[in-house]
Amino acid sequence: MAHATKDLSALARTDEEVLVRGGLTFHDITELVAQHTEKKTPKAWWAAFSVAFLGMLTLVAMLAYQVWNGVGVWGNNIPVGWGWPIVNFVFWVGIGHAGTLISAILFLFRQRWRTSINRAAEAMTIFAVICALIFPTFHVGRVWVIYWTLPIPNQMEMWPQFKSPLLWDVFAVSSYFIVSLVFWYVGLIPDLATLRDRAALMGRRLRARILGFFALGWCGANRHWRNYEKVYMLLAGLATPLVLSVHSVVSFDFAVSIIPGWHTTIFPPYFVAGAIFSGFAMVVTLMVIARKAYGLENVITIDHLEKMNIIMLVTGTMVGFAYITEFFIAWYSGVPYEQYAFINRATGPYAWAYWTMMSCNLIFPQFFWIKKLRRNIPFMFIASIVVNIGMWFERFVITITSLHRDYLPSSWDYFVPTWVDVLTLIGSFGLFFTLFLLFLRFVPMVAIAEVKGVLPEADPHFYETHGDGHGRPAEVQVNRGRSS
Amino acid sequence: MLKELLRSLKASMGIYEARDGSIYGLLAEFSDPAALLHAARQVRKAGYRHFDAHSPFPIHGMDEAMGLGNSKVAFITFFTGTIAGFALAWWMQWWMGAVDYPLNISGKPFFALPPSVPIIFELTILFSALAGVATMLALNGLPRPYNPLFYSKNFARVTDDGFFLFVAASDPKFDPTATRQLLEQLGGYNIEVIEDRGEEDVTPATAPAAEAAVTTS
Repeated sequence: MAHATKDLSALARTDEEVLVRGGLTFHDITELVAQHTEKKTPKAWWAAFSVAFLGMLTLVAMLAYQVWNGVGVWGNNIPVGWGWPIVNFVFWVGIGHAGTLISAILFLFRQRWRTSINRAAEAMTIFAVICALIFPTFHVGRVWVIYWTLPIPNQMEMWPQFKSPLLWDVFAVSSYFIVSLVFWYVGLIPDLATLRDRAALMGRRLRARILGFFALGWCGANRHWRNYEKVYMLLAGLATPLVLSVHSVVSFDFAVSIIPGWHTTIFPPYFVAGAIFSGFAMVVTLMVIARKAYGLENVITIDHLEKMNIIMLVTGTMVGFAYITEFFIAWYSGVPYEQYAFINRATGPYAWAYWTMMSCNLIFPQFFWIKKLRRNIPFMFIASIVVNIGMWFERFVITITSLHRDYLPSSWDYFVPTWVDVLTLIGSFGLFFTLFLLFLRFVPMVAIAEVKGVLPEADPHFYETHGDGHGRPAEVQVNRGRSS
Repeated sequence: MLKELLRSLKASMGIYEARDGSIYGLLAEFSDPAALLHAARQVRKAGYRHFDAHSPFPIHGMDEAMGLGNSKVAFITFFTGTIAGFALAWWMQWWMGAVDYPLNISGKPFFALPPSVPIIFELTILFSALAGVATMLALNGLPRPYNPLFYSKNFARVTDDGFFLFVAASDPKFDPTATRQLLEQLGGYNIEVIEDRGEEDVTPATAPAAEAAVTTS
C-alpha cells in the first residue's frame, strides 16, 4: 500500500512544473523578499524616486492650473467635449485590470504560478485606479463639488441621477478601488506579520510596532488560516465578476450614447479584453525591471513572464478581432453614419492614430507565437511598452475620432491637445511610479506566504516520499529532529 | 454556564483564557508540515480541543486533522453583506429616484430595473467584500495586539519557517507534565511553557546572537 501511494504521488509530481527555482527553502524566500524592505534604501531607488516624484509634482501643478483657469486649458472643444482626460481615464482603469485578473481569476482557476506576481500586480491595480480617478474628477470642471455624484444627504435635497452611465462609473470604479484595496490588504496580513517578527528579532521596536499594527496580531494559527483562506476565496470570487463589470460599465459611457462608432453592443467584452491586454503589458514592463533590480529571478521566473506573454497574445488577438468585427458590423448595419465613422477612422485625419493602434495591438503581439521571442526578455520589454502605447491609442481613437465628426458636418472640428494635456498625462505616470516605488520600498513585493505554499515542501505528502530519504510515511517518522 | 460558553467561543478564535494561574499553554516546535499535521491529528485523538497549529502558510488537510468543520465565513457573509448590499442598492435607487427626487429625463421612467442593474451589482459586491473581511476578522478574534504567544522568541519564526503546535492551558485535559510528554512523544522539540503575564509590550527582547547576525549580513 505504501508503495502504491509513493508511485502515484511520484507520477503526479512529474508533470508539475517548477514554480520556484534555485531550490529555495521557506527561509530563503522570506529572506529574499523581506530584506528589500529592511536594508538601507539603495541609491538607484532614490534616483528613480526623484524622477517619479518630479512627475507627480508636475501632475499637481497641472491640476492646480486647470482648477484655477478652468477646463479650457485642455484641448477639448466642441464637438470633442471628451478629450484626453477620458482617454487617460479609460487607459488607466484598463491598466489596473491585470492585477485583479491575476489575483482573482487565476486564483479561482487554481493557477499556482500567480503567487509570484500577484502582490505587485494588485498594487499596480490600486495605483492605476488612483491615477484613473483623477481624470473624470477634474474633467467635471468644478472639482470641489465632485461629492455631488455620491448619494450623500445634503441641504439642497438633491440626489444623483441614477439613470446616467457616468454615475454608474462612479459606483463601479470606486467599488472596484475599495474591493481591490481590501483584497490586497487581506493578502498582505501574513506577510506584514513576517516583517513584524523579523523587525522584533532585529530589535527594531518602532518598526515592529508599526508593522504589528497593520498585521493585526496575525500568528499563523490554523484556526485563522481556515477563515482567512475562505474569505480570500470569497474575495476572489467577488472580484472576478467585478473586474469584468467595471470595464463593461466604463464602456457603457460610450455604448449608451448615440454617437456613431460608440453605440455598439461589442463594447463591454471588447473593453474588458483590451483592459486585460494592456494590464498584462504593464505587469510585464514592471516585473522585468523589478525582478532584475531586486534579484528575484528565481521567484519570478522566465516561465511566469512567458505565461503573461501568452495572455498578451490571446487578448491582443481578441482585441484585433474586435477591431475587425466593428468594421464588419458598421458595413453590415447599413447605417451610413456608422459606415462613415469607420471609414473616417481608417482614412480620415486621424488615420495615423488608427494605424498606430492597429500595428501596436493587433500585429505586434503576434510575434509571441514564436517561443524564442516569448522567452526573450529585451523583446518582451519592448513589446509590452509598444502594447501600452497601442492601447492608449485605442482609447484615443475611440474617443476622439467618433466625436470629431458626428452627424452634422457644420460642427466638425479637429482635436489638438495642449501642453497641459501632455504634461498631465506625463504627470499621471509620475504619480503611478511614485506610488509603485513606495510600494517596492516598504511592502513585500512578492506574496511570501503564498509562494511558500506552492513549494513542494509545503505539501505534507511530500514527506511521505522525501521525508527521511527512505520512503517511509510521515507517521513512522516521529522523533525526527531539525538536524535530519 | 455562560462563562463556559464564552470561553469556548473565544477558544474557537484562538483566544484561550487560563483557568488558573498565569500558565497560558505549551508550545512545541515541529520540523515540517507533515510532522505538524501528524501531531495535530494525534493531539486531537488524545482528546484535546483547545489547541492550534501555527504555520507560515496554510497546510493542506490541517482543518480535518484538527477536527474543524467548514468555515462559516461564506455563510455569514451571504446573509449580511450580500443581501444588505443588494437590498440597499435597489431601495436607494427606487426611493431617491422615484419617491424623494423624481426627475423627468427624456421621458424615462422614474424607476426601472435595467438602468438600476449596474449599481445594484456593484454595491452587492462591495458590501459582500467588506462584510466578508469583517466576518473573517471577527471569527478570528483579530485585530489582537496582545497575544501571550508573542512572549516566545522562538515563536517569531512562525511567520518564517517554523511549525508550532500550541496546547492551551484552558483545555480541560491540559496537564503540564502529561501534555509535555505527549508533545515530546509526537516529535515536538523546543517545548516552552507560555505564561500570560498581561504586559502590554510582548515584543521579544533582542538576543545578542540575532543582533550580531543582522549587523554582519
